[in-house]
Amino acid sequence: MRRSSPCDKERAFKEKMRPILMKGHERPLTFLRYNRDGDMLFSCAKDHTPTLWYADNGERHGTFRGHNGAVWCCDVSRDSLRLITGSADQSAKLWDVKTGQQLFSFKFGSPARSVDFALGDKLAVITTDPFMERTSAIHVKRIAEDPEDQVSESVLVLESPNGRKRINRAVWGPLNQTIVSGGEDAVLRIWDAETGKLLKESDSEVGHKNTITSLTKSADDSHFITGSLDKTAKACLWDMRTLTLLKTYVSGVPVNAVSMSPLLDHVVLGGGQDASAVTTTDHRAGKFEAKFYDKILQEEIGGVKGHFGPINALAFNPDGKSFSSGGEDGYVRLHHFDSDYFNIRI
Amino acid sequence: MAELDIDTRAAKLGIDWSQVNLDSIQLPPGENFGIESDDEGVYHDDQLEFDTGFGNIIVVDNLPVVPKTKFEKLENVLKKIYSQLGVIKEKGLWMPVDPNTGMTLGYCFIEFNTPQEAQNAKEKTHGYKLDKSHIFAVNMFDDFDRLMNVKEEWEAPQTKPYVPGENLQKWLTDEKARDQLVTRSGPDTEVFWNDARQKNTELVHKRPYWTESYVQWSPLGTYLVTLHKQGAAVWGGADTFTRLMRYQHNMVKLVDFSPGEKYLVTYHSQEPSNPRDASKVEIKVFDVRTGRMMRDFKGSADEFSIGGPGGVAGASWPVFRWAGGKDDKYFAKLSKNTISVYETETFGLIDKKSIKVDNVVDICWSPTDSILSLFVPEQGGGNQPAKVALVQIPSKVELRQKNLFSVSDCKMYWQSSGEYLAVKVDRYTKTKKSTYSGFELFRIKERDIPIEVLELDNKNDKIIAFAWEPKGHRFAVIHGDQPRPDVSFYTMKTTQHGGRVTKLGTLKAKQANALFWSPTGKYIILAGLKNFNGQLEFFNVDELETMATTEHFMATDIEWDPTGRYVATAVTSVHEMENGFTIWSFNGKLLYRNLKDHFFQLAWRPRPPSFLSPEKEEEIAKNLKKYSKKYELEDQDVSLLLSEQDREKRKALKEEWEKWVKQWKSLHEEEKLARQSLRDGEVSDEEEEEDEAKEVKEVEFEDVIEVTEEVVQE
Repeated sequence: MRRSSPCDKERAFKEKMRPILMKGHERPLTFLRYNRDGDMLFSCAKDHTPTLWYADNGERHGTFRGHNGAVWCCDVSRDSLRLITGSADQSAKLWDVKTGQQLFSFKFGSPARSVDFALGDKLAVITTDPFMERTSAIHVKRIAEDPEDQVSESVLVLESPNGRKRINRAVWGPLNQTIVSGGEDAVLRIWDAETGKLLKESDSEVGHKNTITSLTKSADDSHFITGSLDKTAKACLWDMRTLTLLKTYVSGVPVNAVSMSPLLDHVVLGGGQDASAVTTTDHRAGKFEAKFYDKILQEEIGGVKGHFGPINALAFNPDGKSFSSGGEDGYVRLHHFDSDYFNIRI
Repeated sequence: MAELDIDTRAAKLGIDWSQVNLDSIQLPPGENFGIESDDEGVYHDDQLEFDTGFGNIIVVDNLPVVPKTKFEKLENVLKKIYSQLGVIKEKGLWMPVDPNTGMTLGYCFIEFNTPQEAQNAKEKTHGYKLDKSHIFAVNMFDDFDRLMNVKEEWEAPQTKPYVPGENLQKWLTDEKARDQLVTRSGPDTEVFWNDARQKNTELVHKRPYWTESYVQWSPLGTYLVTLHKQGAAVWGGADTFTRLMRYQHNMVKLVDFSPGEKYLVTYHSQEPSNPRDASKVEIKVFDVRTGRMMRDFKGSADEFSIGGPGGVAGASWPVFRWAGGKDDKYFAKLSKNTISVYETETFGLIDKKSIKVDNVVDICWSPTDSILSLFVPEQGGGNQPAKVALVQIPSKVELRQKNLFSVSDCKMYWQSSGEYLAVKVDRYTKTKKSTYSGFELFRIKERDIPIEVLELDNKNDKIIAFAWEPKGHRFAVIHGDQPRPDVSFYTMKTTQHGGRVTKLGTLKAKQANALFWSPTGKYIILAGLKNFNGQLEFFNVDELETMATTEHFMATDIEWDPTGRYVATAVTSVHEMENGFTIWSFNGKLLYRNLKDHFFQLAWRPRPPSFLSPEKEEEIAKNLKKYSKKYELEDQDVSLLLSEQDREKRKALKEEWEKWVKQWKSLHEEEKLARQSLRDGEVSDEEEEEDEAKEVKEVEFEDVIEVTEEVVQE
């Protein structure tokens, strides 16, 4: 860790924390997800194979083979038995985590961008990209207990009012009553998960000004954080029921990934200069670091450097004692916090 | 009218709407009932063309009165004169004749193709001497109405009651002795106080779209000038920024103040329709306070560019260079083989003549006196040496000149109080394949202006940057090869040898390519911009020691505040990320940052020079402890207050957050049963377990901290 500004509050971030480098993907990382127990880490990348790692030592457990395109997103069920992945091969697949076997494949006419299991794991929300004539859409699928009974029909399909703009992420609201989505049009929307009615849109005055790249829920579904490429590249903390903007964290660089510590009042933003512009400037120009902010005071605490490309994915272990970041450089870096981190006082 | 309105109105009038056949209604001709046709605008535009039809006609008066026999001859003369200045329309020249006598009436009308040509012809020939008794008086036809309405009798202008003006220098009386700075980011232009004690800025005035290109402070800080389509405007005032004056100049591109803020020079250039032509340039000089245009200059870009024909960009700015000092008495323009020096009493050339200097390529005023330095390069393949000369204005006496041999280029640097002039001379080596650099140092204030030659220790070192210490007698040079050049400091004055330049020291292998002296001297920033990514070294030249080495990553701009207390470094929008500015103390301590996306410009508000004599200043510097006590106490109070405020703020934020969390918790609790039912397979235990697990987790967290702490202790 580094000292990023002269403020003494950053003294706790020292050059001590050694990350575990996990090199299993050949292409940029796209998404990271821990299971509920915090012992497994699932990673998705633009190569076609989502990978499962041991979350403590970073050893590779296995891969899920079957996709034929970049894998954008994944989610794991509460009992850690089922994995769902969304891919650019225009499918979303269900996997048996134990065996690595594909259980079912949902076919779409366009790439599947994000997936999220509902509370109780009986529903999943899948978003698809605008592609050819198709507009971006949010699909709700029923997940059968027995994969034999699985059907591919959608329970509900939501069309974005701004369909040519990609929806980058959609997640379930509290008690599966709502679905929250955000995407390229920089607007956050809350939908009724039963009727498909659009309930709320974020206020464009206070909200993001550019593509929303990521959206992560708190552990108790009460609030969520979004990262965006907008002008000041901020992450906003929104109340999930009322869509009230609570906090803004200014980063100065485009934000690709956001995460919240389940343990301390910290948020992490990852991102950096656009990958296509990386080779044109000094490597430090990209600011490829995971920046830590105090969740309440909105002040930067410190940063974790290391990636040599933009950070595309971030995830906190549910126990809050480690986190991992995935970069455009193809590496997953697994950081176990050292004791200093827990003693940060600002 | 909304449809609903129409329906109600119709009902009121007792009209059954469904019975009306709309197509059968015929409007009286020329009546539209207030509903404009879509092409109304087009129609109006056409009309406008006709209305301005007389703009291209001029009236030439004071012609000789001639009989019919000579009519044709006179007409031919006039045609000859005016066809040089523009295209006269067919049958465009009309000379009225007295029907009784057949004599002309002594005036004629000439119609040109375009109003511009007419304007041009009017300006060029007004006062033209045809012969002794016939001096043309030329007017635009359109002006005649106006001229006719001039009353015969003179009316005394009304005296307006005196309105005391605002204190335009109120910002200098700030109790906390802060400085102001202006920034442009996105659409907004903002003026701030730099409140270094509070480690933040305090907004003075903010306005979106305040200017259409950039803003600039006047040299003494009284005015802020903004640029607009219609012209320039200056802003200032006691409490906030109000518009003080406007200067009409369409599509103004650049502005420049005279050093004493008396005059504003505005520049506009127009791309020619034919790319082979030079672009047209118009420069106007305004009196800042009255807004009156004192003089305007028009011509092709070539006439205003220095050192031969100008490139695409037009003239090099500023075209007019103002003589030093606050009097704003002289300004000079360089053009091919001539230096035109104007004086501001009449806005004409001094002695009505330009100074002829063959092949002069650069001129430079002394910042304090009316002395002009000029450089003439080598000519005739080295037969005629290059020359640097000092010319006194307005006497045009050459004070000193020096011939220089095998010179490739020269650059002149005046010291800010006009005591010294350094000329960086690039000379060819014997083989003429490469160049090396040296300095010629002029001591202006000494008798006969002695010149000293300074060569670097290693003659072949390239000189990357040069800077005089403001008000001082030292200078700094960055020399050597990239990427790690050396920085050397020299003084013009030492106790041992009064009149000789002496080296103070050299810093080896620095990552620097630009020098920024503090306006009070003594401190300098060695900056590595561009390739060096914004390396900053704060250096004390008195002690020859580095005070701090730091970095503002990718910084593009560095500017000292006018008092030399703070430094602003900025990343402007040439870079995509981390735009904004950072304020440092003079010794390189980071005070605060301010991130702003699309950051274009930052400029400190200049201060007028101090009224204290140098002796008094020295005395204050000596007894600084005595003076600073008061401020130190204030500083302490502020920092106490600040930490108090900060604590309060944090507490409030925390409390607010707690409230949210509490609300979320209660909602979570309420939804517990619903959640259990959603996870239907799971009995309620699961939820309980989760809660337990949560509690356990919290305990665990404390445990772990202890455990890891022990590990650290081991």
